[in-house]
Amino acid sequence: MLPKWFNLWNRENPTNVFGPAILVGVLGGAVSLAILIVVLGQPYATDSLQTGPRGTGMSVTEFESDLNTPDPDIALLMEDEPYKPDGSEDLAKDIYKNVQVLGNLTEDNFNRLMAAMTNWVSPEQGCAYCHGEGDLETYGEDNLYTKVVARKMIQMTQNINENWDGHVNANKQVGVTCMTCHRGQNVPSEIWFDITPVNEATAGWSAIQNRVTPLSQYTSLPSDALQAYLVDYETIGVHDLESRVANEPGDPLIQQAERTYSLMNYFSNSLGKNCVLCHNSRAFYDTEQVTPQWGTASLGIGMVQEMNNDYLIPLGDVYPESRLGPKHGDAPKAACKTCHKGYQQPLQGANVIQYWPELATTGDPVYE
Amino acid sequence: MVELVVRTSNLAKSNRYVIMIEYQNIFTQVQVRGPAEMGMDNENNMSSERAGNPRFSNLIGWLGNAQLGPVYLGWTGVISLATGLLWFNIVGLNMLAQVGWSIPEFIRQFFWLALEPPGPEWGLRMPPLNDGGWYIIASFFLLVSVSTWWLRTYLLAQQHKMGKHVAWAFAAAIWLFLVLGLFRPFLMGSWSEAVPYGIFPHLDWTTAYSIRYGNLYYNPFHALSIVFLYGSVLLFAMHGGTILATTRFGGDRELEQIYDRGTASERAALFWRWTMGFNATMEGIHRWAWWFAVLCPITGGIGILLTGTVVDNWFIWAQEHHFAPMYDGSYGYENFGSYEAFIGKED
Repeated sequence: MLPKWFNLWNRENPTNVFGPAILVGVLGGAVSLAILIVVLGQPYATDSLQTGPRGTGMSVTEFESDLNTPDPDIALLMEDEPYKPDGSEDLAKDIYKNVQVLGNLTEDNFNRLMAAMTNWVSPEQGCAYCHGEGDLETYGEDNLYTKVVARKMIQMTQNINENWDGHVNANKQVGVTCMTCHRGQNVPSEIWFDITPVNEATAGWSAIQNRVTPLSQYTSLPSDALQAYLVDYETIGVHDLESRVANEPGDPLIQQAERTYSLMNYFSNSLGKNCVLCHNSRAFYDTEQVTPQWGTASLGIGMVQEMNNDYLIPLGDVYPESRLGPKHGDAPKAACKTCHKGYQQPLQGANVIQYWPELATTGDPVYE
Repeated sequence: MVELVVRTSNLAKSNRYVIMIEYQNIFTQVQVRGPAEMGMDNENNMSSERAGNPRFSNLIGWLGNAQLGPVYLGWTGVISLATGLLWFNIVGLNMLAQVGWSIPEFIRQFFWLALEPPGPEWGLRMPPLNDGGWYIIASFFLLVSVSTWWLRTYLLAQQHKMGKHVAWAFAAAIWLFLVLGLFRPFLMGSWSEAVPYGIFPHLDWTTAYSIRYGNLYYNPFHALSIVFLYGSVLLFAMHGGTILATTRFGGDRELEQIYDRGTASERAALFWRWTMGFNATMEGIHRWAWWFAVLCPITGGIGILLTGTVVDNWFIWAQEHHFAPMYDGSYGYENFGSYEAFIGKED
């Protein structure tokens, strides 16, 4: 097939072509790849947001593809202008029986909010999820646990909007409604239960760590961080604030550092962000080297402690067994991820409260 | 009797145009085969305690000497292996107990599982078995195992009439091991300061330890330890590279090169002298390597021992000693861009 002179020449000049061929192939491949990336662009392009002074390496990074995809749950939000009362309307507490919260709403606004709650929490079951299958006359009854829970949750929502403005509205007016957590589900995603001890045949610190669990963020760090810090009010402290101190009993140890690290991993995953959104990682404790987001998060810790202890845990007796924790039968609890669901701001900073002044305050709603 | 096992391709030199590059290989190419080399015997009667019939393996011959065994066990070897095995089994069975004796779960969770030291509340007392007691027992056996293995390196060197360099280098590593598991917990007054036996858990411990004491990177002994660690890597690369590069002239035959310096050592020396003005010698390069390797755990151990006992926050300590500069600029993304712009929702 090949000309005779070619075969002859090859026979007389045997050459090892594999070495050069591999070299040319590897180098050529690398150069081609580099040219492709330069010409066509990086296929997994990232964008970053600087969060601290130059030289500290403080920035949060995201894939551009993620940034270009809005939170799909934003589409669940609906426009629903409130009815501005003129003061002459009958109020819900006068019209309906057993209205313990939202009684000062006009009938129109009350029903508007009831319909919205159905949308937010029980779009499939409708009103019956809380009010039962009976006719309108029976809607005042508290026979279903769902209704008792809903009432408490309305109080919780009002309390958050009124008293935790510093966390919820730290950047701008966004507020929270049932939708912030529920997203159209009976039970919000990302709730949590106490699952410790996680190890058999152990006691103490050995029993609460070194297992793959969602609460340890799939690390081998302690699984009790949320329980300890967001329910039991344990002090989140890791460091000594002087270079040399006499250690006292009760000072934080490596164990507290690991537990705090577990909590911080949870924060990080809840917001889809890294440590340096809030901290300068060279000195985590130093309040002179933190961002304003550190302050916002600190308020969030207090808010979640109050939500859990004043609203969610007291409902433990109300729930049927199927809603309780698998290990200790404890009430479902909330934390950062229950609202944030992986976003720096829940629903990417959408203003959810704008149509619901009724949920914005524990007092009478202000219609503008 | 002696036969060389060589890849046939290396011998195919009949064609004068084909030049196979013999010295560019990942594995050792020439394997010597003959009656097993039993080594010398001397007045210490070392050969009487050697165990096992020597065998040959092509596979290990690629990496080193093809002869496997005999091995000198001795009383130190027996104690070291037995106690080491006890430690290994105590750790493993504790992990297995933690997952309810489920083998699949043990395999699944293996990297996460650990035998943890006692809780802080036990101080230096003996805790119950399920709260660190097994850890103390296992650690005791590990201590015996490591110590007798060290003694073995010392005694064997003595019987070979060698220097004790290997034993002292091993002792440097044991120093770091003892600081982590014995000296520092003792000084801190609690076994809970010791490192857990587990893959991820010991890494968690390392991070938590650094963060707890205000960032270990500002500990100058940690910095020194890193210098010697990376320095060892650099020296090893330079030395290994130099010797491999001169094997074509016999540079790997170290012994001959030392007493009868041939062209290989000469070239290696000239290469470095002309490259950077200074060159080590066949002997000196091994002093460099030994000291860098030994100083890595020695300085590291000092740094660990000072942490929590003498210095409690290395970052503040560094600020007090003026080597942790503050950076000018603002904190918070608001100063550099907006969240809305970042997520592409800027109006």
